Amino acid sequence: MTKNKSKAWLYLLPALIFLGIFMVYPLFDVIIYSFEEGYNSASQTFFGVGGYNFSYVLHDPYFLQAVKNTLILVVITVPVSTGIALLISLGLSSIKKLKELFQTVFFLPYVTNTLAVGLVFMILFKKTAYTEGMVNLLINFFGGNSVDFIDGPYWAKMFVLCFYTVWVVMPFKILILTSALASVNQDYYKVARVDATPRWRVFTKITLPMISPMLFYLIITGFIGAFKAYSDAVALFGTNLNTAGMNTIVGYVLDMLYGDSGGYPSYASAAALILFAIVLTITCINLLASRKNVRY
Amino acid sequence: MGSKEAYKKAQAAARVRGKILKTIIYILLVIWGVIVLFPFYWMILTSLKSYGAYNSEYIPQLFTTSPTFQNYLDAFNTVPLGRYFSNTIIFTLVTTALMLVVIVLSAFAFSRLEFKGKNVLFTLFLSLMMIPNELVIITNFQTITNLGLRNTFLGLILPSVTSVFYIYLLKENFEQIPDELYKAAKVDGTSDLKYLLKVMIPICRPTLVTIVILKVIECWNSYVWPRLITDDEAYFLVSNGIQEIRENGFGRENIPAMMAAVVVISVPLIILFLIFRKKIMAGVSRGGTKG
Repeated sequence: MTKNKSKAWLYLLPALIFLGIFMVYPLFDVIIYSFEEGYNSASQTFFGVGGYNFSYVLHDPYFLQAVKNTLILVVITVPVSTGIALLISLGLSSIKKLKELFQTVFFLPYVTNTLAVGLVFMILFKKTAYTEGMVNLLINFFGGNSVDFIDGPYWAKMFVLCFYTVWVVMPFKILILTSALASVNQDYYKVARVDATPRWRVFTKITLPMISPMLFYLIITGFIGAFKAYSDAVALFGTNLNTAGMNTIVGYVLDMLYGDSGGYPSYASAAALILFAIVLTITCINLLASRKNVRY
Repeated sequence: MGSKEAYKKAQAAARVRGKILKTIIYILLVIWGVIVLFPFYWMILTSLKSYGAYNSEYIPQLFTTSPTFQNYLDAFNTVPLGRYFSNTIIFTLVTTALMLVVIVLSAFAFSRLEFKGKNVLFTLFLSLMMIPNELVIITNFQTITNLGLRNTFLGLILPSVTSVFYIYLLKENFEQIPDELYKAAKVDGTSDLKYLLKVMIPICRPTLVTIVILKVIECWNSYVWPRLITDDEAYFLVSNGIQEIRENGFGRENIPAMMAAVVVISVPLIILFLIFRKKIMAGVSRGGTKG
């Protein structure tokens, strides 16, 4: 039996080593970093311990801009994407013809490279001296004035970012909601039909409660995902997000770590911990809300 | 008689209403389908337009009469797209292979072997799933830099060869294999490792295939870590490669060539998806997250 015991640890050894070095140790290290004041990457020295890093980050206009951008992104994209996904999934589950084709097409954004397709979005929305861009053509067609969505006003840039984010997260939501809708017991619907229940009542009294656990799962993961937005913004506006005024919290963390403005792991750690605290709080609120509203 | 008439009328009205609803549904689905597909159409279309033709279009054209493959040649010749491509393949294959070894071994230990503190350890493993990558990436960046592994494949690969979630998924699957098989194998004197390789892995192949596909997608699209850990173009993957092409490639904005590069990068995963459509969608609904 002792032989068996040591053997089990042998099997676990690779996982333990990798998780230890790249997951557990960093977890403690990031906290230590965040309290080391004036840490210097090159000499690996610091001259004090305290909360200065946090106060620096919280007073940094770039960080506040990043928080603002991220919050707007979260508040817009989570409800919009969940709502449209629900609408599309309801549509999908009520048709038979072409259903598989639609499902396949709708899933495509999941398997595409965010950076690569973001470039296409940039070209579609960009307005240069040489071309109006496809989207502006559409706006002109409907009688609007063209806007540069990539280098133009803040709301335009925010619109593209939200639009692209929704485009990217939709496949996952549609997939989850379609399978949730498919797993609702059909007997409920049959009974409702016998009673000639109106569609809207069927939806609010049967469908919605039955899929509410999955809906809340999507809202929670949606919040977490949107708070960590970064690649989408880089794909649209380039790596220098601070100049574009479109940085996100994760972008701020990475900029502090690396690149032209990098070399400050302490500030990065403080910002990352603030992000973690925000996400944790929101998730807890979501869980509490779901306990009240979700029927399992 | 009158009531029958009325019934027929009501039925017809209901049928019309149903038809209208169906039509609205199809219109909605087609609209979203167009929104999803249009960027793909646009990238292929633009990649087939010549540089001159594209730049002379003040109003973008929705089709091209003289397609050219010159942009694809440019994408491979003027920028090291081929290098980015082969780097990504190496990175994806090695990461996935190493991860498979690590997770199969630990899932086996958790599901088949008895040892002290197993449940505690497994709970600890599961709790690691809650830790966001953004939190640990800072130290990992420092660790890899201090080890002198920046701009190496080892530095790219090492942090992503374990996944607690896949260990969990595989362990659940391993546990469904009846105990009797294991006991029979023990009676026959089969070693644990041989049992794992000859019995458990073949039985759990579907789960393993799902894990492999999900990991391949993840590796192919990974951007944040490669960008942090490489600044030498020789080690760029497709994601930071395309960003480099965008910011410094092709001289003055050669958008058709850029789009050719985008097509080349996107095609492998789309093909993979079309082949393994069912498996990928089932796998993602079991354990994928993206947004």
